[in-house]
Amino acid sequence: MMIEALIAVALVGALLTFIAPNRVAGKLAFAISLIPVALSLWMFATFDGSGNALIDGTLAFESHLEWIQLGEYSISWFVGVDGISLPLVVLTTILCSLAIMSSWTPIDERESQFYGLVLFIEANLIGVFTALDFFLWFIFWEAVLIPMYLLIGVWGGPRRKYAAIKFFVYTNVASLVMFGAFIALVFGLGDVTSFALPEIATAMVEGGPDGLFGLEGSTLAAVVFIAMFLGFAVKVPVVPFHTWLPDAHVQAPTPASVLLAGVLLKMGTYALLRFNFTMFPEQVETYAVPIAAIAVISVIYGAMLALAQTDLKRIVAYSSVSSMGYVILGLIAFTHFGVGGATFQMVSHGLISGLMFMAVGVIYNATHTRLVTDMSGVADRMPIAVGILVAGAFGYMGLPLMSGFFGEFTIFFGAFGSEALAYSQVFTALAMFGIVIVAGYLLFALQRAVFGPYELETDYDVTRAPLHDVAPMFVLLGLIILLGVAPDLIFEMITDAVDPILENGGDS
Amino acid sequence: MEPLQLPEWAALAPALLLVGTALVLFVFDSISPHSTNRSLIAATAAGGSLASLAVAAWFTVAGVGTPTAAGGLGEIDPIHGFVVDQLALFFMIIVAIVTALVVVASYDYLVDHAYQAEYYSLIILAASGMSLLAAADSLVTIFIALELASLPSYALVAILKDNRGSVEAGLKYFLIGALSSAIFVYGISLVYGATGYLELSAIANVILEGEAADYGGLLGLGILLLIGGFAFKTASVPFHFWAPEAYEGAPAPVSAFLSSASKAAGFVVLFRVFTEAFPLGEEMRVAIGFDWTIAFIILAIVTMTLGNFAAATQNNVKRMLAYSSIGHAGYALIGLAGLTVDGGELVMGAAMMHLLVYGFMNTGAFLFVALAEHWGVGRTFEDYNGLSARAPVACGAMAVFMFSLAGIPPFGGFFSKFFLFMGSLEAAATNTAMLAVAAALVVNSALSLFYYSRLVKALWIEEPATTRDRLAKPTGLYAAIVVAAVMTVVILPGFGPVVDAALEAATALLN
Repeated sequence: MMIEALIAVALVGALLTFIAPNRVAGKLAFAISLIPVALSLWMFATFDGSGNALIDGTLAFESHLEWIQLGEYSISWFVGVDGISLPLVVLTTILCSLAIMSSWTPIDERESQFYGLVLFIEANLIGVFTALDFFLWFIFWEAVLIPMYLLIGVWGGPRRKYAAIKFFVYTNVASLVMFGAFIALVFGLGDVTSFALPEIATAMVEGGPDGLFGLEGSTLAAVVFIAMFLGFAVKVPVVPFHTWLPDAHVQAPTPASVLLAGVLLKMGTYALLRFNFTMFPEQVETYAVPIAAIAVISVIYGAMLALAQTDLKRIVAYSSVSSMGYVILGLIAFTHFGVGGATFQMVSHGLISGLMFMAVGVIYNATHTRLVTDMSGVADRMPIAVGILVAGAFGYMGLPLMSGFFGEFTIFFGAFGSEALAYSQVFTALAMFGIVIVAGYLLFALQRAVFGPYELETDYDVTRAPLHDVAPMFVLLGLIILLGVAPDLIFEMITDAVDPILENGGDS
Repeated sequence: MEPLQLPEWAALAPALLLVGTALVLFVFDSISPHSTNRSLIAATAAGGSLASLAVAAWFTVAGVGTPTAAGGLGEIDPIHGFVVDQLALFFMIIVAIVTALVVVASYDYLVDHAYQAEYYSLIILAASGMSLLAAADSLVTIFIALELASLPSYALVAILKDNRGSVEAGLKYFLIGALSSAIFVYGISLVYGATGYLELSAIANVILEGEAADYGGLLGLGILLLIGGFAFKTASVPFHFWAPEAYEGAPAPVSAFLSSASKAAGFVVLFRVFTEAFPLGEEMRVAIGFDWTIAFIILAIVTMTLGNFAAATQNNVKRMLAYSSIGHAGYALIGLAGLTVDGGELVMGAAMMHLLVYGFMNTGAFLFVALAEHWGVGRTFEDYNGLSARAPVACGAMAVFMFSLAGIPPFGGFFSKFFLFMGSLEAAATNTAMLAVAAALVVNSALSLFYYSRLVKALWIEEPATTRDRLAKPTGLYAAIVVAAVMTVVILPGFGPVVDAALEAATALLN
């Protein structure tokens, strides 16, 4: 009942916070959010699952209850974690707590509603990473949209309405495409009588769908694969479905950006791994080259776009497009190190991008500008925050002993030697070029924004940030270094869950 | 212990309780015509509807009317022309829930109103008609129950006598209602002429034995006219024009009542008449030359599309809700469109579930409008701007209703739409036209998100144009809205029993 407890604590906490008075809401939400952190860390410490949740693995903290019987189809409350989902659950609980603490300064109106929504998001995110019944999973998946829509729309920047609606429409339409396709697949799988993902995955691997509405089974599988890929690609996001992301990020308040980049984008890659790559190994091989091309384009194009920005937050936002491109490349390589590295990179990027958004947020709170061209020499006034920003940037560039290095290195290593992907060396080499651009725009931006003589013209008193703004960043930095030094903390767990997927199609 | 054996007519208790409550209210009104004891009147009405709800729920759980299950009492035929089965009870529950919510909410809405007892007795009387409609199984009793539900509704729409909009809406509603009654009666007479019977099962027997084949054209026309009559009652295309006018002009609690309870009542007869009297199959096709599911496939697609497109262009919140309720009639019509010769329990059960969830979410939405009218904030989207800063709980509830109506998880509306979608796909295996229905359902749901989220945006995201004083928090309205919102959400874990009940009702109906 651990997972239920996690979700319930967050939900009840959301309700309590929503009705609490504004002045205590922030502290209350933070206190409540520490319970899921403790629970998830305890789950991490006592984790005894093995293998992949969808392919004959042993789940940890599993619970499976009959819920709805719909004609011959059954829907159940089915949750559990394996080595892929557990690190993401821990990432979610930690990032949510830190995001709440980092909101204490910038959020100064309607606090109780704000923190209530953050805790509501946390509950749904945990649900997304633990649900193993399609129906249940989809509920959590979609329910994340509503609070994020409100977080951006109510507490966001000047163009928040536009950004919120764009975010909502884009991701919701994508979900519907994916949803319709998946339901058609379940109907097409003659023997399957439940929405439990392991059952569907087994049926897919053992023979695939029989066909539906006059479509051949293989055609149906291909259509579903493509529709689902598109649905998840918007969430990731990959080029050309990325345009909602910079808008959403720049307008969102700092904590929402942290969650958006840190966890919400991982929903897309997590779902790709769980659905497309686990259930459709044949189609993965068929469409490997176009998908790898999309991944590489996302890496390069995202980095180029970041290079062209003058807004610090936009730079970090576009760099997410680039980083998630690496994850897709790792997945499509379909090797032990490729998929494992991609999953590791999901966690790592969650930490690093969260850190970057927090650092930019703290600097913005003090200077009230995010434009690289306006600020110069902020480092003099805010040495700690700037130091952390620089450290985060190095993490992004893949400095050894930080988690980004291990993630990117394993992805490139896995992708270079891939046999499933044709021209894998070319794709890998092109993607590696992205690192150069990343280093370029980050150093360029840092050099102009934070170093040099102090020239910022502002009416605000630019001073050191308060402790509760800096503390969450130190925690994140600590985790980034911890995972960089000791990646095996989670990498073994991940590959243990990843390898069964590869046995069905890739070359492990 | 010997189980308590009630007399057979007691099976109609949920409806009879409402009838009795209406009579008690009349007595109050005659003893003290201008009574200002609002609490007593409202409490009586609420008590009556809650009693009806409790009894209907008890009967459902006890298995009254379950046909074959061991220990079930079987389909009960309490009085000639009525039948109590799981379907009837399911819809009696919906009617009672909506009535209770509306009555509680009306307490604050009617605070300065001159006709307290009239209002409540009309509501309860209309509810009695709807409740009886759920159990009627002869075309005569159906017609009478339909009129019993309709006549008080005309008066209710026009009850704000000093308000031109209300009176005009009442008049329009009445005229179109009278016309549709005429069409409906004409349809009944043609069916009677072709088959010689008014009872639904007897009509079916005549058709199954092929005896109606000589009057096939007559029967077919009769069926089309019946569809027309029902289309009026359920506010479906092409007889939907009255709905926006009536809902806009009526007091908001009455709009809630009409668009939820009255619609559900219209659908229950529609379901019963078409599954019991006109069984699908070869005989039916021989008799009238086509499958009536085609009519419903077309009606469903047209109704949901037209309702949603019209709703998307509204600036007035009440009209938007009115058109969206037309769209939802289209979703419920899928229940009939998806029937096949030997199946369709899933899709019909899904339509019933949708009507149940709709009872909460749509009533709640209209009650929020009632709250806004109570506050005097105006009628357009702009007038609703920034209300959440003043009333976060009510606005949170409204956001729940809107997202649920749009079919977004984790709210009840998602479940029923999802099951409708699954049912359509299942039906599509034998009738490929249902693929178009399934596609229309998804596309319309996506479209509807546009205007539902527009209201959420107004409430939560836009800044208010004018500064507002503190908004009052009328207890009854608030309570009704919060209860509706909580039910829209907690129906999620409780969906297992609801699905079972609905599927059981659908199965009972189809066999």
